[in-house]
Amino acid sequence: MLRWLIGGGREPQGLAEKSSVQTIGEEQIQNPYTELLVLKGHQDIVRFLVQIDDCRFASAGDDGIIFLWNAQTGEKLFELHGHTHKITAIAPFSSSDASEEKKHLILTASADRTVIVWDCSSGRQVQKVSCFHSTVKCLTVLQRLDVWLSGGSDLCVWNRKLDLLCKTSHLTDAGISALVELPKNCVAAAVGKELNLTFVTGSHVGELIVWDALDWTKQASECNFWDSSVHPDAQPEIKLSQSPNETSVQHLTFDEECVFAAVGKGIYVYNLQMKRVIACQRTAHDSSVLHIEKVPNRQLISCSEDGSVRIWELREKQQLPAEPVPTGFFNMWGFGRANKQANQAAKKMQENTPMYFLELVGDLIGHSSAVQMFLYFGELGLATCSADHLIILWKDGERESRLRSLTLFQKLAQNGDLQLKF
Amino acid sequence: MISAPDVVAFTREEELEDELCSEPPLPEEYSVPLLPFASHGANPWAKVASSKFTRDFILISEFSEQVGPQPLLTIPDDAKVSGTFDLNYFSLRIMSVDYQASFVGHPPGSAYPKLNFVEDSKVVLGDSKEGAFAYVHHLTLYDLEARGFVRPFCMAYISADEHKIMQQFQELSAEFSKASECLKTGNRKAFANELEKKLKDLDYTRTVLHNETEIQKKANDKGYYTTQAIEKANELASVEKSIIEHQDLLKQIRSYPYRKLKESDFHPYEPECALDPANAGCDQDLATSDLAEPGETHLYAHVPSYTPKLIKAKSAKCFDKKLKTLEELCDIYFFSQTLDQLHQIERTFRGDVCYLLTDQISRALLKQQSVTNFLFEDVSFLDEKPPEKRYRGCQGLSQDAIDGKCSEESPAPKVVISLGSYKSSVECVPIKMEQEIEDSQEPKMTDSVTFEHQENLDYLDADIKGSISSGESIEVLGTEKSASGLTKSESQASLPVSPSPQAGRSKVGSRRTVSEDSIEVLSTCPSESLIPEDFKASYPSAINEEPYVDDEEGGLRFTPKLNPDNADEQEDVSKRENLVQVDSACCIGKESPNFLEPVPDLGQKPCDEDGVVRIPPQPYRPAEQGLRGSFGGFPSHDGVSGGLLPYELDSRYLTGNREVSKSSLDECSDSTSYISSAASTCSDRTPSPAHPACLASERHKKKAGQNALRFIRQYPFAHPAIYSLLSGRTLIVLGEEEAIVKKLVTALSIFVPNCGVYAKPVKHWVTSPLHVVDFQKWKLIGLQRMVSPAGVNVLHALSRYSRYVSILDADSKTLRCPLYKGTLVSRLADHRTQIKRGSTYYLHVQSILTQLCSKAFLFTFCHHLHLPISEREPEESVVNRRMNFLKLQLGLANEDIKIVQYLAELLKLQYIQEPGQGVNPLLRFDYVPSFLYKI
Repeated sequence: MLRWLIGGGREPQGLAEKSSVQTIGEEQIQNPYTELLVLKGHQDIVRFLVQIDDCRFASAGDDGIIFLWNAQTGEKLFELHGHTHKITAIAPFSSSDASEEKKHLILTASADRTVIVWDCSSGRQVQKVSCFHSTVKCLTVLQRLDVWLSGGSDLCVWNRKLDLLCKTSHLTDAGISALVELPKNCVAAAVGKELNLTFVTGSHVGELIVWDALDWTKQASECNFWDSSVHPDAQPEIKLSQSPNETSVQHLTFDEECVFAAVGKGIYVYNLQMKRVIACQRTAHDSSVLHIEKVPNRQLISCSEDGSVRIWELREKQQLPAEPVPTGFFNMWGFGRANKQANQAAKKMQENTPMYFLELVGDLIGHSSAVQMFLYFGELGLATCSADHLIILWKDGERESRLRSLTLFQKLAQNGDLQLKF
Repeated sequence: MISAPDVVAFTREEELEDELCSEPPLPEEYSVPLLPFASHGANPWAKVASSKFTRDFILISEFSEQVGPQPLLTIPDDAKVSGTFDLNYFSLRIMSVDYQASFVGHPPGSAYPKLNFVEDSKVVLGDSKEGAFAYVHHLTLYDLEARGFVRPFCMAYISADEHKIMQQFQELSAEFSKASECLKTGNRKAFANELEKKLKDLDYTRTVLHNETEIQKKANDKGYYTTQAIEKANELASVEKSIIEHQDLLKQIRSYPYRKLKESDFHPYEPECALDPANAGCDQDLATSDLAEPGETHLYAHVPSYTPKLIKAKSAKCFDKKLKTLEELCDIYFFSQTLDQLHQIERTFRGDVCYLLTDQISRALLKQQSVTNFLFEDVSFLDEKPPEKRYRGCQGLSQDAIDGKCSEESPAPKVVISLGSYKSSVECVPIKMEQEIEDSQEPKMTDSVTFEHQENLDYLDADIKGSISSGESIEVLGTEKSASGLTKSESQASLPVSPSPQAGRSKVGSRRTVSEDSIEVLSTCPSESLIPEDFKASYPSAINEEPYVDDEEGGLRFTPKLNPDNADEQEDVSKRENLVQVDSACCIGKESPNFLEPVPDLGQKPCDEDGVVRIPPQPYRPAEQGLRGSFGGFPSHDGVSGGLLPYELDSRYLTGNREVSKSSLDECSDSTSYISSAASTCSDRTPSPAHPACLASERHKKKAGQNALRFIRQYPFAHPAIYSLLSGRTLIVLGEEEAIVKKLVTALSIFVPNCGVYAKPVKHWVTSPLHVVDFQKWKLIGLQRMVSPAGVNVLHALSRYSRYVSILDADSKTLRCPLYKGTLVSRLADHRTQIKRGSTYYLHVQSILTQLCSKAFLFTFCHHLHLPISEREPEESVVNRRMNFLKLQLGLANEDIKIVQYLAELLKLQYIQEPGQGVNPLLRFDYVPSFLYKI
């Protein structure tokens, strides 16, 4: 294509062949997104998207402004100003009171060392907390306990009324960069320290496991963490033999049976039952994958720094194993102490279990810069945000067309034009 | 669309009669008036030889009390225009037919002079010897120094074509009324100023005289008055009297607006826009009206510093001094406004009457397609004012006439006109051949039609008939009572192009004549000097109202055709959920074979018993911005169910009022045609608003058409390129040279559907890399190809977004776009076309696109095509039904379906758009492979 444009006449598709990245042509039958709506508003990189309810979402980014959008119409509902620096974390916080009307709040943390609570229905600032010593880098809401946690250089637990419940001591000079809620009132916190990214999984009771993300060796695991290995969200250890600079786990997601990891440019699917990687796409994108999410129909969506969003489908391979899991790139996925046994067991199982592969079923090209994150809205579509300051709503054209017809006839009926008049 | 220059003028009908027999007749609104001198073998396009001037112009004359009738100025102000034409003589003639009641002065029994507020009179006058015909508009301006304070003026539109004057009488009258009202408003203002100055003078004089008298009194204590003193006292008394008189005059002139406002038929001059408060965005005009309205009341009070001077109590005789010029008589602002308006009128009405008429007709018809017309029509045209305002500015309607109109107008024009065969290409213009005889109430259908494209022969159109009683002869009035004669001449003004807009106009025209206007046609023949007594303005209506045309000949009629049996059947059908049946029930009456034949003489048989149900399941929106779409006249492909039938909707059915329905259609079409010509002049401030886009775009259209024609001939892959544009895929014209790219973009822009009522989504020249937002906004982009690093970026962006765009490389003459296998574009852009002129080709394109619009309209507004009939119906059956409809009923093949679907999406978006909000620009696309085309 490009060569044709430059050369002015030669056949297209010169570049695509050279690249090892799997590509899909212009014909994408399975790609449902045939309509897009560009939402403009942000003046800087848009980094976060959070879903508020069925049809609303909030976006935030480096410009310090939070926008609330209607996911169906793309209408801008509110523009929340309050932070003076870029937003570093955002989390929805809806009240669980059954008695009163459900109230949607969002928490935003910013580099100005404040956390603001916003009311989504009025677009007003509810409260502001500004007693932090450092930037809050992550926020997690524990819905059952009706508390929320902020993580920066230390970990704080707050209740709904913004009372500080407890606070950990100063962790490191790097601070917490990610928090994951685990069952049993546990949270996992990732502590980042320059290049030395380490995984910390911790809980209320004080168990703590630290994983070094660079070589994926366990640094400290003094706990009975793996006793609770029934829960699906066990952090897997990945042994990497390649240069650590190129690979890091960017994002993890999971469902009942699999954990999906975005590692570098690739996507890996790890099966919890089989305890091994069942499918992988080593170069799923031209550049680092920033976010992945599992969607129904065994599909997976990933977005990347290369500005594209890709839709993958996990398919069973016909013959066994057509493409064995590469050993050069990474050895094994395994669990802490059971590492070696699991490893061997997996190798045995590999021979008589079906293998899967990730099939590219469609890609969405719209952003001109890295796609930071996306939000899957089911039928309503997909919202993507990007470093090019835009948010794009991708929609199913067929469905939208039908909805518009419906609106049209409703409007006709409203105006009383459907009655026959004599 | 019809006024294509390529069209051969028809002067004979016999030769083509045979061909016609097999063809359904064309609706009459497409017919063009037949050249009256056809039998003499005259060239119909030739100018009338006898006239001494080259083109139409506007003449302003005055009946000066010093020198008699004299021409003041012409518009355009160019000596060449009037040529050897004797303006002095013609001024004499037009001023001699002034029927204003200009009685001014001391009425008996009144102490003071009374100002008489006279209505303008409107006269049509012909001078066959000079070859000049004129619409003459008389008006009176006030001048303190003139005899009786009045100066008679007239404005005349002079043309060599009497048909133009007659047929455009209504429009001319309305336009001139506005101009006249503007002038008179300015004059009243100037007159009031004049009076105030005079009053100050008088006041000052009185003071001086008073002082002198006092001094004399003191100096003279002899107890008797000297003659000098008596003289002074007399002078003082006359000054006092004069003051009272002038004060009274001032009061009168100031009270004018109020007095007139009490009469409901008075509409002070103000821009049309301002009358409609809802019509936002007319700040400018509002400002004007602010000036105009309070100007009448407040500005009179405000007098710039004026030093009074001593004046003689008795004013000098008229002949002693120079009379004020027209410019001095009128406030300068209003004067320039008036001149602007007159220029506007001249611009609007210049050219052949056939152009004017066809333009008016097509505008009127387009106006009615309020749902679809935004797609391919001029943006400017859509911005025009709503038709409700048309009576504003029309002066002198008598009270009941107004009432009558209001009642008729109130349900708002909401009639669906069966626009049938819009598809006819330019070559298929029917030209009505008959020389109709005065008394033929039922026009014969012997229209001669010629066709060059066989595929265009599917006119399934209801034949629309109106009452036509016209001939060519201009009515010559003698000394007889004018009433009866004028009725004829008036109806004759409705000319042979009768039905929709025209028929209406004639009716309105005749009703208008109830007013104090006297409309007449005078000839220069021997009886010219006779001015009938009853033409005096005191006789309020010079013309009797034309008797209401009864049902049999009532212009364009729609029959109800709602047959209860069939309605039931329809329901049954819908219950059955039979796919095919539902298909037809969905939009089409059942007895399809019937529709292959034209419904004969709809107008004659309003209650046709052929049992055809033509009420679609989803009727149309009768409200103001309603769905007055075009229906019918779809091509029947392969004889499948005979295509779509015309929907004949009774106007009664829509308005719900029989009385109203009688003429609402006429009203409607009249209003639209009126507006189309009138609206151009109502934006007063803009210097050249005459269809601003219209005049300017006329040239643009021609150029675009020419370029498009060249493109089609030059590029064998024109079809897929045009398909890209029609289906909403952005086409990028890539090239190094700006001129070449822009030319191509201009050429292709005529195929781009508008996304809203705003500007065309066309960007002529871009040099920076494109972004996804651009594809949302623009559907046709000219892009610069550069051989620099920046240029590489541009191309990178292009290759990245290649799935959203088609790329036409102007340098290497290649095209990369999806495949097109449909049939529609080949009709639109046939490289073997015989059309040679750009403007003709433009019209051809417009007609095909209009047809396409109506298909999209039908597709969009058929409920069952998009939504399930019952709750349980699966989505697949709806999809099936939809595809069946597109393929079988609309006769679309392959990619043509996508075009209609895209247009339908645009229609939906436009329709469901909430007022005040713009359409959310969204980008729809398909994942289809592209192919590379080379020459």
